[in-house]
Amino acid sequence: MQEQVIFAGFGGQGVMLIGQLVTYAGMIEGANVSWMPSYGPEMRGGTANCQVVVSSTEVSSPLVTEPTSLIALNKPSLDKFAPWVKSGGLIIYNSSLIESPPERTDVRILAVPANKVANELGDLRIANMVALGAYLATTRVVGCDTVLDAMKRVLPERRHNLIPLNRQALARGIEIASVWHSRDQGEVSGAE
Amino acid sequence: MKKVFGRPEALTDVPTHYCPGCTHGIIHRLIAEVIDELGVCEKTIGISPVGCAVLAYDYFNCDFVEASHGRAPAVATGIKRTLPDSVVFCYQGDGDLASIGAAEIVHAATRGEKITVIFVNNAIYGMTGGQMAPTTLPGQRTTTSPRGRDVESAGHPIRVAELLSSLSGVAYISRVSATSPANVTKAKRAVRKAFETQIEGKGFSLVEFLSTCPINWGMSPLEAMKWIDDKMSLYYPLGDYTRVPEVG
Amino acid sequence: MGEKVLMKGNEAIAEAAILAGCRHFFGYPITPQNEIPEYMSRRMPEVGGVFLQAESEVAGSNMVYGAACAGARVMTTSSSPGISLMQEAISYMAGAELPCVLVNIVRGGPGLGGIQGSQADYFQATKGGGHGDYRLIVLAPASVQELMDLTITAFDLADMYRIPVMILGDAILGQMMEPVIPGRRGKADLPPKTWATVGAKMRPKNVITSLSLDPAKLEQHNFDLGKKYNKIADEQVRYKTYMTDDAETLLVAYGTCARISQAAVDMARERGLRVGLFRPVSLWPFPYEALQLAAEESLRVLTVEMSLGQMVEDVRLAILGSKPVRFYGRTGGMTPTPREVLEEIERIVEEGI
Repeated sequence: MQEQVIFAGFGGQGVMLIGQLVTYAGMIEGANVSWMPSYGPEMRGGTANCQVVVSSTEVSSPLVTEPTSLIALNKPSLDKFAPWVKSGGLIIYNSSLIESPPERTDVRILAVPANKVANELGDLRIANMVALGAYLATTRVVGCDTVLDAMKRVLPERRHNLIPLNRQALARGIEIASVWHSRDQGEVSGAE
Repeated sequence: MKKVFGRPEALTDVPTHYCPGCTHGIIHRLIAEVIDELGVCEKTIGISPVGCAVLAYDYFNCDFVEASHGRAPAVATGIKRTLPDSVVFCYQGDGDLASIGAAEIVHAATRGEKITVIFVNNAIYGMTGGQMAPTTLPGQRTTTSPRGRDVESAGHPIRVAELLSSLSGVAYISRVSATSPANVTKAKRAVRKAFETQIEGKGFSLVEFLSTCPINWGMSPLEAMKWIDDKMSLYYPLGDYTRVPEVG
Repeated sequence: MGEKVLMKGNEAIAEAAILAGCRHFFGYPITPQNEIPEYMSRRMPEVGGVFLQAESEVAGSNMVYGAACAGARVMTTSSSPGISLMQEAISYMAGAELPCVLVNIVRGGPGLGGIQGSQADYFQATKGGGHGDYRLIVLAPASVQELMDLTITAFDLADMYRIPVMILGDAILGQMMEPVIPGRRGKADLPPKTWATVGAKMRPKNVITSLSLDPAKLEQHNFDLGKKYNKIADEQVRYKTYMTDDAETLLVAYGTCARISQAAVDMARERGLRVGLFRPVSLWPFPYEALQLAAEESLRVLTVEMSLGQMVEDVRLAILGSKPVRFYGRTGGMTPTPREVLEEIERIVEEGI
């Protein structure tokens, strides 16, 4: 197994964090992992992304140039990285902010209204976790419980009160993905 | 028979390479006397500059480090931060301290590094053969200001004691000369005060010596002493420049 | 063996220094290595050490010189333009035989360049970036674990040979996170620092200088340095190989490029191409003999770098014209992809080079 995934969005949407959580969870589960952030001026205002590898074998290149999955939380990210995704790969996009789905027919595409769901849960900041839930449910790259475990280690103690809300967000993401799966993995627009 | 005058123990028994009439020798001696009097030779580390005093490590009996041009205060910082109980002094000339090492001296001073700097200002580059220094007086002839220093193009000389005295990390600054027995006595007091300031952990200390360079000034030793009294000390007034650090 | 922790490369370097007993850090902020001084500013006070943000890389590296004179285990870190500013102190420390650890998290140049990862400082690191006849030991980690392990090793080598040791990383290694098992301080039987200027108590004074006005004496000093460098070249060559045994095409790459090249080797093997990777870990001393040996059975050599081609000159020296040595590189902060490297492999295989 080698999952190579790009998490991308605006700075502040928490793409670095969800990438780290997957990396951390992979490590806890005994996989080989790497996490590579974009950094510098492009992080200030523009798009941010991180590239994560979770692999049963040694990670050779930490740079992901042919991702098996893409999680795009905004349009510039989707436009930039959608063409990179391997044929047969997966694109999850934030349909709350991106109107039209990516024009690819050789990959699986899942629309997740991440902002809308996060707003329903009362905190826009957890949109990233909704997308992450959908990703975990679709790929099963790491367990959801392990991600929550990782969250306890990544977040400072004073932020642990946020974990229940994050768990809810993950659950909603998982739900959206399950609905999609039950509809035979065709292209659907989530729970909208 | 009672010995009333001798070589300080902190000085080695070798003739120096300094030119006749240059006051580097006197300044070395004053430092050595103070080191002896304070009984700190075994925990003193000196730092020599690039300039005429580059070989100062041959003349002192304490541990010594040779720094690159202008960086003595940074080297001293590294040593003192490693050995907080040591006594660390830099011996620097005007090109070393006020030109190429301007950033290092300002920042060591403003950090309040507990080091002592002996700054020898002779208004010229001695070792390289008499070029203009950052402290060369307006109108003063040097090999790179052959018509006299034109402040319009070469800028103005730097008053180091005054400049550094505005910094809160500075605990003691004085400007002295060695042109007369009375001045030498005052100078020694200043050097001692500077070392004491360091040992007491009060902060950064510096003594600026107005010093002679008869060879490159084109003067006799006596004329050179007189030039310090009559000319240099007008632009660079002797005295204490320590300000009480601001509170808050 | 400790528990695995997920660390950024830059943080692994900083923690490794602490684990190695480094208690003095002097540095100046520059992207992309700011995590190191930030980490040190937090960590040093916890372990009773000294963190000082210098006014410049020039001053910072001279503070390193001073602390090394005083016998400290000391480190500074920077990135390319900052390392250029340190060349003065590096040359002085080489001349005065002072141990210290320098880290260059390389970014694209020349000049102010950019802030993305690069390997364009290979010449500067291995061929003498400052003036005079001198060498640094230069180590090139390729993973976060190696950043940790080689940083600890660097302190031991510095003390063992009284020499500045440079860790040559790049922005990608510095920024990425990987699981790390924390290392521990290495050798204990290092020579005592009897030469250090710590105060002349119960012994004649020590003087540390790189000045020697008598050319005959200076020549002798250089000969002595040369002997030391030869000894290091005999004792401290480091490299790794990956599927080189039956390789017809031998890739040579270090650091991040080695990781990318390893991915390219896997892709090539899937296509039935016999490709292997030789990875120099010590860039100085360069593993000339080991590379020559590894290349013996191969038909061709391909060097991959994030530069216009710098290490390739050492690769050619190792191969000595016995087989074709090709170069593939991206530079200015661009990174070759495994597919690009694969395509280059396919191209040269097809050309029958």
